[in-house]
Amino acid sequence: MLQPQERTRFELLVVPHLDAAVNLARWLLRNRADAEDVVQEAMLRAYRFFDQFRGGDARAWLLQIVRNNCYTWLQKNRPLELMTEFDEELHVQQSANPETLAAQADERGRLMRALESLPPRFREVLVLRELEGCSYKEIAEVTGIAMGTVMSTLSRARERLQRTLTAAVTKEAS
Amino acid sequence: MTCDLTQTTLHGYCDGELDAVRAAEFEHHLEHCSECRILLLETRALGSRLRQNDLYQRCSDELRQRVEKQLGLARPEVQAQFQFQRPTRTGSLRWLLVPAFAVATVAIIAVLARFPVQQRVLASATASELIDAHVRSLQPGHLTDVISTDQHTVKPWFDGKLDFIPPVNDYTAQGFSLVGGRLDVLNGHDVAALVYARRKHTINLFVWPARQGETALYGWGSREGYNWGMWQAGDMRFCLVSDAAQSDLHELQQLIHP
Repeated sequence: MLQPQERTRFELLVVPHLDAAVNLARWLLRNRADAEDVVQEAMLRAYRFFDQFRGGDARAWLLQIVRNNCYTWLQKNRPLELMTEFDEELHVQQSANPETLAAQADERGRLMRALESLPPRFREVLVLRELEGCSYKEIAEVTGIAMGTVMSTLSRARERLQRTLTAAVTKEAS
Repeated sequence: MTCDLTQTTLHGYCDGELDAVRAAEFEHHLEHCSECRILLLETRALGSRLRQNDLYQRCSDELRQRVEKQLGLARPEVQAQFQFQRPTRTGSLRWLLVPAFAVATVAIIAVLARFPVQQRVLASATASELIDAHVRSLQPGHLTDVISTDQHTVKPWFDGKLDFIPPVNDYTAQGFSLVGGRLDVLNGHDVAALVYARRKHTINLFVWPARQGETALYGWGSREGYNWGMWQAGDMRFCLVSDAAQSDLHELQQLIHP
């Protein structure tokens, strides 16, 4: 248990990033209920290990824990997702996520499906950069990708997303 | 033919992650490489599409309560952050640090201003200063000098305290509640700071006039968990700083300047 002073620090530094934690987990697991469970567990972990937080970027520190918990969860519950590079066509059909299907027709739905169809390693850098606004340094810290590799990973992820989106539009038009 | 730089440098440039020298080199390259110019536009457009389509997945109230309950977090302590009092005399001694920061930043900015191409670097140096101001404002009692959710109270308050009038609007209906305003300092000049609340996040909107002959500053970025966004409209400069998500800041920017 943390001392009251430490607990206040945890509330001020870590708890404000709950949204960021849920956002990353939701995109990694592609399902809100699973994401919330994993985030709850990650928050507990962060709280327990808060004395190991040496100051600095609390958001990156928390997201790193969330990400690790997400991958552990995937390993245990959906190992195939981590093993295979997704076949885009196949995967788009498999994405029977009600949340995604409901929004199918519009721009938002198109983007959600495209993003969800990317391999997790690409999806996470896009989510961290474009939605969360993380710097490369933070992305490196959260994902464990070497600082020098963040740029090229993002490059490949964006190219892949762009291609998926273009393919989706072509398919809708035909 | 594919340009080698599209694989790497272009993205670093797009994300404001290149150092000044490499950014300048790439800008020079852009003048000659149409492939990179097109891809840069596409990459920026892709980023905007992702940010503007409400893809950010927030924590539900239910989960927030579950977490707080599980960790036995005491709400009143955090609430203290959101209680606004007028600054006390003793507390304001730390403002003596401000001139020191200001002198250092003026020196950096004076050097950088000689290279218009390094506008991004200048924007992020300015943002750095404002992030510090944001962090200072979160100290108990420092957030607001005038506390009001009413734009017609906050706006006249600035009258006579500044040589410009910042635009003041409340966006409660859109999820950004005006909390109040205060005076702050950037490079030795007074700036207006408007405070908005977004869920549990505090957002500072800094407004100040551009001086004659200065290049327009524009940029979005992040430092140590704080997001910032800077833009210019007419002869006024605006900078948002917060620990709220970047997409929230974009949303607020769209409300301020649709």
